[in-house]
Amino acid sequence: MQQFHQTFFEESFEGLDIMENELLNLDVGNADNESINTIFRSAHSIKGGSGTFGFTAIAEFTHVAETLLDEMRDGVRQVTQESVDLLLKSVDVMRDMLTVYKDGGDMDADNIATVQKELEDMLGAENAPQEITNSDSATDDTALTGWHISFHPHVEMLRTGNDPVRMIKALGELGDISIVADITALPAFADLNPEDSFLSWEITLTGDINKDDVVEVFDWVEDECDLDIHPLAADSGTTIVETQQTTNNALPATPSVGAPAQVTKQAPTKKGGGEAASIRVGIDKVDEIINLVGELVITQSMLGQIGGEIGSDESHNSSRMEKLLEGLAQLERNTREIQESVMRIRMLPISFVFSRVPRLVHDLSSKLDKKVELVTIGEGTELDKTVMEKIGDPMVHLVRNALDHGIETPAERLAAGKSETGTLTLNAYHKGGSIIIELSDDGAGINKAGVLNKARTNGLVGENETLSDDAINDLIFHPGLSTAETLSDVSGRGVGMDVVRKNIKSLGGSVRVDSTEGKGATFTIQLPLTLAILDGQLVKVANETFIVPLVSIIESIQVKSENLNRIAGKADLYKLRDEYIPVIRADHIFGMNKSHSELNDRLMVVVEGDGKKAGVIVDDLLAQQQVVIKSLETNYQRVDGLSGATILGDGTVALILDIPGIIDMYKEKGAPVPPAPVNPDGKDPDIADEAA
Amino acid sequence: MTTPATELNSIIGAELDSDADQFLTFVLGAEEYGVDILRVQEIKGWDSVTPIPNTPEYIKGVINLRGTIVPIIDLRQRFNMPEVEYGPITVVIVLKIECADRDRIMGIVVDGVSDVYDVPPEEMKDAPDFGSVVDTEFVRGLATVDEKMIIILDIDHLLSGSEMQATDQLAE
Repeated sequence: MQQFHQTFFEESFEGLDIMENELLNLDVGNADNESINTIFRSAHSIKGGSGTFGFTAIAEFTHVAETLLDEMRDGVRQVTQESVDLLLKSVDVMRDMLTVYKDGGDMDADNIATVQKELEDMLGAENAPQEITNSDSATDDTALTGWHISFHPHVEMLRTGNDPVRMIKALGELGDISIVADITALPAFADLNPEDSFLSWEITLTGDINKDDVVEVFDWVEDECDLDIHPLAADSGTTIVETQQTTNNALPATPSVGAPAQVTKQAPTKKGGGEAASIRVGIDKVDEIINLVGELVITQSMLGQIGGEIGSDESHNSSRMEKLLEGLAQLERNTREIQESVMRIRMLPISFVFSRVPRLVHDLSSKLDKKVELVTIGEGTELDKTVMEKIGDPMVHLVRNALDHGIETPAERLAAGKSETGTLTLNAYHKGGSIIIELSDDGAGINKAGVLNKARTNGLVGENETLSDDAINDLIFHPGLSTAETLSDVSGRGVGMDVVRKNIKSLGGSVRVDSTEGKGATFTIQLPLTLAILDGQLVKVANETFIVPLVSIIESIQVKSENLNRIAGKADLYKLRDEYIPVIRADHIFGMNKSHSELNDRLMVVVEGDGKKAGVIVDDLLAQQQVVIKSLETNYQRVDGLSGATILGDGTVALILDIPGIIDMYKEKGAPVPPAPVNPDGKDPDIADEAA
Repeated sequence: MTTPATELNSIIGAELDSDADQFLTFVLGAEEYGVDILRVQEIKGWDSVTPIPNTPEYIKGVINLRGTIVPIIDLRQRFNMPEVEYGPITVVIVLKIECADRDRIMGIVVDGVSDVYDVPPEEMKDAPDFGSVVDTEFVRGLATVDEKMIIILDIDHLLSGSEMQATDQLAE
């Protein structure tokens, strides 16, 4: 049962997302019937599923919301802003309830009751017409002595968690029941799959029973069985047999006898839009394939290396050798393609994150009394699922921030000569091996004077320090700096921009802000497309091979002693054109045996992490190659300054440097370079043993 | 053990005494240690490792075990025993560690593999409390086989409990 629960929750949460999306897109007053149908279908499957799994609270609540939707669908009820808001609220309640069932915890019974009451009130207010239509069909349907039901479940019905026994029991509660089971389809025991359903039943139900009640019993299996319900009437000549064949939709079976028009109306309608066919696969299976492909890439590069060595040997030069090399080249291409395809499995369009935003904007703008138009561009831009899961919260925070601090109230906007409605633009696109997400508003921008004042009061910036505009803007990412004059429940509550930056940083990305006062601000998030592979530069440090992610490398240069400077006899600074960057010795920071501490003529990789530049001294630059990132945490633990490990072509392990981490370590360790007396020529003798 | 049982054992090549746990033993200096054989993934010869910077001395580094990055621990150093040169019989025993909520794979460097013994639970003695003289954190018990004392290790605590917990907290 547990495995069905998982599917049920996944599907239900998806269903809620669909409902929410469609509700937000509903054109009030002129609602598209298709959208309402979509919403209804989602609500209906949630109700069905939760009823089956015994989550009665959800089923009951959803039933009320569904009734409201049903009326909208039948055109009995107008779609008003009020009802849409109420339905949105119901979606929240259902989501909460689902979460409670899934993860445990306490339900907010008061809230559920309140929203349910609101729904019922709304229903009650205009219930009259609905009653009439119902009773019309009801009179038709109940003036009979009973029903004959042919119930033929499809083979796979049991797998969706539907139990025929439960349904037959439910029928039994309606009236006198007699059942004939058909076991002809039952295979030999050896061939029997216990998860398949082979039985079918002919059920005779006698009593004064409403057809709707009978149909309702089969509500959630109508897609998974062949169902014949016809009256046990004496005048069998006029009996109309209705067959609910397998359909792709989840409409409730409520057609009434002799009303073909109504049947047509509820005929299966495929959901519009370009829904690509998909299968649900556990992420662990995908990861397993990714791992295997990683192995394949390693083997391939090993073969390629050997092939290259043999091929360069003149004595082997023959046509067979050529063929081998050709084959190896093809293997490399194929491997690369497989790797790309496999990586793409994990890729999802960013719309999964963007889709959370319209609701947020809808709620916040009404709460804040602001008018905001949301524009999203590049929703189809794909990125890794893991990255996606982690970027959601920072994005939500940035949106809140933009709405709360960025976009002004309509009055303020008019006064500033802007249109009343502010615009929030979300834009996603690929750039190199990264995805860029821009979040820009045309609001007030960052109040630089305010930020600077606050920073001065907090002692982050000295009284006489002057900062560049960028540096001031950057201050908003500093912990403990919220310039919101009043703490609202929208933003400015402790969890701040520093958390946003920290979260993005932990994904190997960066975030920065550009702002023009009075014109608006743009937050630019840069994230790696995937956390599984990276393009790396292999470097040698004290006889060990390390990998520097190519994205963090700006350039590699040879150290010239005339550009070296030393501060307080401790930290080395390197003059790179018009700026000074700290010099980090990789061997020192990793406590490895230091061969020599002479910096002149050594290789320095200029890197950037977190917007800060630094030069990392290495012994040698080796090849550049794409590497599969393997976690050190799987079997060991996180190590400062390393973001993981990989396996090189020769099968050995190489560690991947975490550039922002190393820059932080350098700062914390207080620049553990030899505490050498400064020589006039900038060279320092090796007396670093104690420091290590 | 009765003769028929022994015979049967040799015929089907299995151990019938289901109560007894099997332990793989290895030597460190003059001492013989045992680990639950069900936790042993494989035994391989010592090969070079990639050292991890800024880790305790006893973490020799990591190796590539068919695509998985596996840390290697020198058990002598872990137990503060005198170091020896790695020789031809120096082996790495790859173990599965059950730690907190997940399993980890880890290799331990030992002087050599010794034998496999059956130890019925009743023959396992608690390790005496040495106070601060010997750290018994890793010792699950003591067993006597053929007049020899075997120290049965609690391998789940090898990678010092505190160290791993700190990691797990970070991960959460």
